[in-house]
Amino acid sequence: MPRLLTATRRAALAALAAAPMALGLGVGPASAESVLRIVPHADLKNLDPIWTTAYITRNHGYMVYDTLFAQDDKLNIHPQMVGEHSVSDDGLVYTFTLRDGLKWHDGDPVKAEDCVASIKRWGQKDGMGQKLMDFTKELKAVDDKTFTLTLNEPYGLVLDSIGKISSNTPFMMKKEHAETDPNQQVPEVVGSGPFRFVKEEWVPGAKVVYAKNEDYVPRSEPASGAAGGKVVHFDRVEWIYIPDPATAMNALINGEVDLWETPAVDMVQLLEQDENVELAVIDPLGTQGWLRPNHLHPPFDNPKARQALLYAVNQEVYLQAIVGDPKLYKECAAYFICGTPNESAVGVEALQSHDPEMAKQLLAEAGYKGEKIILMQSTDIPVLNAAALVTAQVLRDVGMDVEVQAMDWSTLTSRRAEKKSPADGGWNIFHTYATGADATSPIANIGVSGGGVERAWFGWPTDEKTEMLRDDFAREADPMKKKAIIDELQGRLFDHVVPYVNYGQWFQPVAWRKGLKGVLVSPVPFFWNITKDSG
Amino acid sequence: MYAYIARRLLATLPVMAVVGIAVFLLLHLTPGDPAVVIAGDYARPEDIEKIRENLGLNEPLHVQFFSWVGALLSGDLGTSIFSNLPVAKLIGQRLEPTLALAIATIIFAILVAVPMGVIAAWRAGTLTDRVIMVFAVLGFSVPVFVIGYAMMWLFSITLGWFPVQGYKPIGEGFWPFLRSITLPTVALGIIYVALIARITRASMLEVLTEDYMRTARAKGLDNNALLIRHALRNASVPIVTIIGIGIALLIGGVVVTESVFNIPGLGRLTIDAVLRRDYPIIQGVILIFSGAYVIVNLVIDLSYTVLDPRIRY
Repeated sequence: MPRLLTATRRAALAALAAAPMALGLGVGPASAESVLRIVPHADLKNLDPIWTTAYITRNHGYMVYDTLFAQDDKLNIHPQMVGEHSVSDDGLVYTFTLRDGLKWHDGDPVKAEDCVASIKRWGQKDGMGQKLMDFTKELKAVDDKTFTLTLNEPYGLVLDSIGKISSNTPFMMKKEHAETDPNQQVPEVVGSGPFRFVKEEWVPGAKVVYAKNEDYVPRSEPASGAAGGKVVHFDRVEWIYIPDPATAMNALINGEVDLWETPAVDMVQLLEQDENVELAVIDPLGTQGWLRPNHLHPPFDNPKARQALLYAVNQEVYLQAIVGDPKLYKECAAYFICGTPNESAVGVEALQSHDPEMAKQLLAEAGYKGEKIILMQSTDIPVLNAAALVTAQVLRDVGMDVEVQAMDWSTLTSRRAEKKSPADGGWNIFHTYATGADATSPIANIGVSGGGVERAWFGWPTDEKTEMLRDDFAREADPMKKKAIIDELQGRLFDHVVPYVNYGQWFQPVAWRKGLKGVLVSPVPFFWNITKDSG
Repeated sequence: MYAYIARRLLATLPVMAVVGIAVFLLLHLTPGDPAVVIAGDYARPEDIEKIRENLGLNEPLHVQFFSWVGALLSGDLGTSIFSNLPVAKLIGQRLEPTLALAIATIIFAILVAVPMGVIAAWRAGTLTDRVIMVFAVLGFSVPVFVIGYAMMWLFSITLGWFPVQGYKPIGEGFWPFLRSITLPTVALGIIYVALIARITRASMLEVLTEDYMRTARAKGLDNNALLIRHALRNASVPIVTIIGIGIALLIGGVVVTESVFNIPGLGRLTIDAVLRRDYPIIQGVILIFSGAYVIVNLVIDLSYTVLDPRIRY
């Protein structure tokens, strides 16, 4: 009897399982159109990658726009829209000629005047662009395909600037759009890149659709990072924003999406166990954590108090709290990212010593007498939430009186602009992070600027020597001399300025369905070069 | 009756005005700055200031308020600060999934809960009653997201019957629509099933002990006629009231369900807008929600006159 019941139950379950198929509820036939579905790291809220530095808009920029130069997977610069370029013997005049076949999505040819207007707009907004414009005497179109950039004095970062991979990336736009005030959004999305933006299917907060640009002529070189041939193998790419990590994981496991850009670190283990899913770190530069003190108010207006932070912080503790898996992080004290040509070992001892007693001594020398430290904690971003909690304990361990103020990231970003004293609504410490691509050089890394209340980033470090060394780095073209400047600058940053405390470097894996091939190694996810096995 | 309806509809205007002012002030006095979110983490303070200026966020609060009200009176809900798309269009994109989920949930809840409550009352004190009440307690106690993930694991990943996430509009076919809405409906509906079943049971128990029920039984009426025509009809006012409250609560409930099942509805639109301080969207959605609350309440009040002829307005 029990056996009969079991058999009956099995039959009932089988019938139940077959019912949806019988009703036509099964997965429908594959569409004739080939579609790559990805879960991006954030919702695409706005469309102008010059107006905002948001990474999701930068990634959108790479879909629809193209760049004059681009960085490969080793961060070397290569021409992209540019066919030929030359530099005059005195190093002052750069001449660029566009390659053949470049067309805007509305069918118009890409002209040199479009590129001139685009560089000017980007140069008003981006830090590296502004620096380049400071050195630029003239930027003008010579004919439809050629333009020149004339410098006031030799500048070592011309191609590094217009080929920079991360925000704000100098994307080329039509002249009429590039003449928009850089603090307003461009009215339309008309690029010349490998995908067209399908505006009528855009549902902010849910879905973004790109169609293959059939007119795009890829370069002949193999794709590498942002450089090389951008060959598209899909008719459409859909970005399906899934804010809930568990749902995104289930959607990937169930085959409803092909790639998840930023799997939550606590789900990596589960994904590794799924035979249909592959995980890999495609951004070798990773992400660098920043503990940012406020340089305007006591105690961190005193260099000794800032140095005390270096002795108090133990990167291993932070990385365990925010990442957990040692495969996905590394202790790295260098300001300009480990594993890059600008990595330096000068001055790192303080951060590597983990010496709370020294931290206490430095705090005493700085005149700290138990004043309250306001630590802003962003509770809606897990990494920053964990980092803030670790810092609170670290500071208490060295005798500081810490008040953790919980808030969402939007509130924190407003509050951090306050220059008032902590007692009057200001702050002492907050945490953030920068992708490696944005921190690899003294010019790109805005966290090290010592420009004070006028020009430095929130926290406002002030140090003339730092600014002088950053300028020297920008002017210098010789790699050996550049390296010497980096060493001197990093020494200055550790010994005196401490613009921020680097609480570690970690690596975000990307997850995709097995059968997906050609995912490029890069700090930015690209969706050309990828193919999908039909089976 | 018509005068009552007109009076109630007119009364919505001051309610909406108060909601509008309160929401506007709350949003603008709460810390957070959309210009900072737009500019991105690495923007310089002067760029943020220029964006604020271009968006009109530097204008005095009363100027911003009257400009919003002026546009509202001409039927314009405003434009999203971030996407530059009209708020009416954004709400339009999100209305169908939320309405579909809400209506399906209420239908599911009523179809399951009312018979459960009636049966529990009829079989009060028996094992059936206890099983139903245990289910009701569980329905209250287990959060929507737990039920959602559990169903996702069983019905989507293990059995492959339903998609894990997403929404298919009814315009793309009834079956795809039904597949996309089934799990969210059941996950969200269980708490309402529990709520309505409990109220139905309590209300029915009261009615079943009335003298006229004894008389009906004595007349030899069968159980169906007894329970449905006599008992349920007389017990229906509290049930309808709780369904009305349920509809109002649904507006909050859909937020979690929409997140778990990745349904692009109004709940998620609101949460996203709050997190990035997209003022025009938050103001627009809350006005729509408050209007919906008022209308649902009015419909419930009017339904009393149909269910209980003694009630007149």
